[in-house]
Amino acid sequence: MMKGNRNRKEKQLVRISFSLNGQKVEAEIKSSTILLDLIRDVFSLKGTKGACREGECGSCTVLLNDVPVNSCLFPAINANGKNITTIEGLTKSDGSLDEVQEAIVQNGASQCGFCTSGVALAIKGLKYHYKKLNNSKKINAVLTPNRKDIKKWLEGNLCRCTGYVKIIDAAEKALINE
Amino acid sequence: MNEDLEFIGKPFPKIDARMRVTGTAVYGNDIILPNMLYGAILRTAYPSALIESIDISAASKFPGVVSVITADDVDVNNISYKRDHPILKKGEVNCIRDEIAAVAAESIEIARHALTLIKVRYKVRQGIYDPYEALKDNAPLINKYAENKYNNKNLAEVFHYEHGDLTAQKNISKVIISRRFNLPRVTHTCLGTSNITAHFNKTDKKLLLYSSTQVPFLYQRDIAHALKMNPSDIRIIQPVIGGGFGSKLDMYPFEPICALLSIKTGRPVQILYSREEEFIASPTRQPMIIDITTGADKSGNFTFREINIMKDNGAYTSWGATTPFVMMQAFSSLYKVGACSFDSKAVYTNNVFAGSFRGYGNPQATFALERMIDLMADKLGIDKADIRVKNANQKGEITGQGLHYDTCGHRECLETVISKSEYKKIQSLNKKGRYRHGIGFASMLHVGGGAKIYRSDGCGTTIKIDPYGFCIIITGSSEIGQGSETVLAMIAAEELGIELSRIKVINSDTDVKPWDVGVHASRTSFVAGNSLLGAIAILKEKLNKKAAFILNTDFSDLQYKKGKINSIKEGKSIDLDKVVREMHFSPPGELAIASYFYEPDSHFQDKEFKGNVSGSYAFAAQAIKVEVDTYTGNIKVIDVYVAQDVGKVLNPLLLAGQIEGGILQGVGYAISEELLFEKGRLLNPDFHNYKILTASDIPDIHFFPVETNDKRGPYGAKGVGEAPLIPTAAAIANAVCDALNLEFVELPLTPERVMIALRENISI
Ligand code: FES
Ligand code: FES
Repeated sequence: MMKGNRNRKEKQLVRISFSLNGQKVEAEIKSSTILLDLIRDVFSLKGTKGACREGECGSCTVLLNDVPVNSCLFPAINANGKNITTIEGLTKSDGSLDEVQEAIVQNGASQCGFCTSGVALAIKGLKYHYKKLNNSKKINAVLTPNRKDIKKWLEGNLCRCTGYVKIIDAAEKALINE
Repeated sequence: MNEDLEFIGKPFPKIDARMRVTGTAVYGNDIILPNMLYGAILRTAYPSALIESIDISAASKFPGVVSVITADDVDVNNISYKRDHPILKKGEVNCIRDEIAAVAAESIEIARHALTLIKVRYKVRQGIYDPYEALKDNAPLINKYAENKYNNKNLAEVFHYEHGDLTAQKNISKVIISRRFNLPRVTHTCLGTSNITAHFNKTDKKLLLYSSTQVPFLYQRDIAHALKMNPSDIRIIQPVIGGGFGSKLDMYPFEPICALLSIKTGRPVQILYSREEEFIASPTRQPMIIDITTGADKSGNFTFREINIMKDNGAYTSWGATTPFVMMQAFSSLYKVGACSFDSKAVYTNNVFAGSFRGYGNPQATFALERMIDLMADKLGIDKADIRVKNANQKGEITGQGLHYDTCGHRECLETVISKSEYKKIQSLNKKGRYRHGIGFASMLHVGGGAKIYRSDGCGTTIKIDPYGFCIIITGSSEIGQGSETVLAMIAAEELGIELSRIKVINSDTDVKPWDVGVHASRTSFVAGNSLLGAIAILKEKLNKKAAFILNTDFSDLQYKKGKINSIKEGKSIDLDKVVREMHFSPPGELAIASYFYEPDSHFQDKEFKGNVSGSYAFAAQAIKVEVDTYTGNIKVIDVYVAQDVGKVLNPLLLAGQIEGGILQGVGYAISEELLFEKGRLLNPDFHNYKILTASDIPDIHFFPVETNDKRGPYGAKGVGEAPLIPTAAAIANAVCDALNLEFVELPLTPERVMIALRENISI
């Protein structure tokens, strides 16, 4: 009985629409669908990785209305009406690199690269975060994150190759670029 | 000779970085083939049991399941270099990873569900999880392939090495100290989990594998043996790899299993590990117990080392069982030492089997060795920095094991970190109160020019220039994130005057690329670099001939720069692509292509494990400062001073990346990482409970490359990849012992261990 109910509910599809890398898209999903699976399997955007699928590594990071989230834990249904940016959307439409990507390349911050999509979006999210802080009227001085703030912000992005030094260098360069 | 190098020594970003930073790199984890099935593996529920029956009927009938296989359905050979590892287990299981059945289905969900429908009846056994227990006379044989070897003991591999006169050296020793050290099981945690996609074509009977292997040609041979196929009917393509660190040196059962599922179904099949499966079923570093006795004479000269190592081999043997090759080197030849006796046993247990991991036994050996040096220095009342410098290796030395140090930066490395850390000025570190400070030293020796352990340690290269002036390097070597493509492209750019954006590196297809042993032993820049230089020399002879003819000059007058070949004497030049077109299209017609096979002039070791096994040797020293919080037991690694003899810096940006990444893995080994097992079962198969370090944990790393210009290396370079993590745990442990004035004989130095030691104020 219980099982039957659950199955029926699982089968019920929900239609959501959201903006994916600047394009309006729609999808019919189960209420249990995870955003990462929607991005990778339905929209075939393989740049977003799923190295743990339990919220521990950050390789699945995407931007949801400019805020980094772990897409492996995020119910796709909650993306309805939102703006999602994946690594493919960070790259400019002519194929040239966003300043964050460029900083990662120039500073040697990507070795095997499996963490890199998540790292790039986390750094981009940090940029947006400070932009918002600085735009909010309460503050007059321009805030920029220091190395310690950057490290703290990137704590959720595991990298096994680089030892993080070059990642933090890249973040610093990208943030100063403002 | 290296005065005006345009590319070598410059911080070029990786040539493949753009594809990695845009999400367009296709990792094995991203591959989708038409009509592809998804494979999943049923692993045992018990680490040691007899299998009474396996019932796959319900799983086979489940909609969407295409094939279910067990050992009864396949005709295969065992794998591992000892051939002691059945791909699918029959009759018994011996460790928690053991593969019992596999499913191929239309979706991953169906495949996983089908696993739950397979009914296995076990007769559970006690199992043996302690190597000392496993060696007792009454212990049952764990791996039946060990039968009739080593007196029917649970022994997988035994090594003995010695040099010098042990008794004489003991007699002249002023101090003799013995200790037992216990090194944990840690794992690679590559961010990209293990994966394989197999495609067997039923019509032409050929097998295509998209595999993460770092040794594609050995792998091709091994998988052919496992599947009873002809190696040439198997083509290996290496997609982009999400981290290696030694984990892809062995072939594991899931790989031939995936091939078998494809052979059965005639469709492409993919197996992709979850993170939990990665923790449970991918390799680990060798855990070991090291009994060591060392001595020094009254002036602090090292006299002898006596070592006995117990390695927990787990249920099957991997390449990791041969780590004593490397450990013998460290014990016999790091610092000068009159005599050395080394014994090691790899013992079968019902634990998971260990594989190879960056450093290959060397972090363990170096830990024991460098801890002992501090203990001896203390007892002799000699400064711990001075005693190291005094015993440092030297250029021209031939060690007891027969290693030839034609270049040697050991002493310079030590002196560099001693002075840069300002050790001599900071004698009075804070040893009281809540936060205590300490400093520790450690050195390391590792092969820096390949290692002759297979019949060949060679690498082939084919290089060509197309009629548009682009250069294509087809190399036997593999890229696993370490930056080898970039280094090779820089070498070609340097020699041929072609800009980097016009150079492509082809390195991922066994049907195309020439033979190479694979990525291991920090050998790629050295061996593949030399191989490429050899190919370039041949190619240039051909180009020179044509260019000299056109420019009306002789070879020695020609210079390759910025896409042109210049005649200095004549003051004329010609575009490189034009020369190539002339070669191709004017009779008699010749291709701008050349191949070369480079084999280092190193030697096999003899039966006593003596001989000059590598083309070059790398040295390093680290000085590490720590702060220990005596209220919480937390260790903060503050500064790492690292000096490394790299021969010659080929690319400072990539080099620093290798150093920093390696050091952080070493810090993890020292203070946070440990796979926890209870009776053969893994207790912490996730990133929450197995702590790899994050951006917040990084120390300040101060790196000082030491250039000794080894004439055998490309531009003088030596291997660098493994070295940075080798001395790190040893130096940290020495620093923590210094800070607390306590002794630790175990890793990792977790807060818990530190607190216990402080509370009991005794050694643990
Ligand atoms: S995959 Fe989402 S946090 Fe690891
Ligand atoms: S570059 Fe490999 S995990 Fe970060």
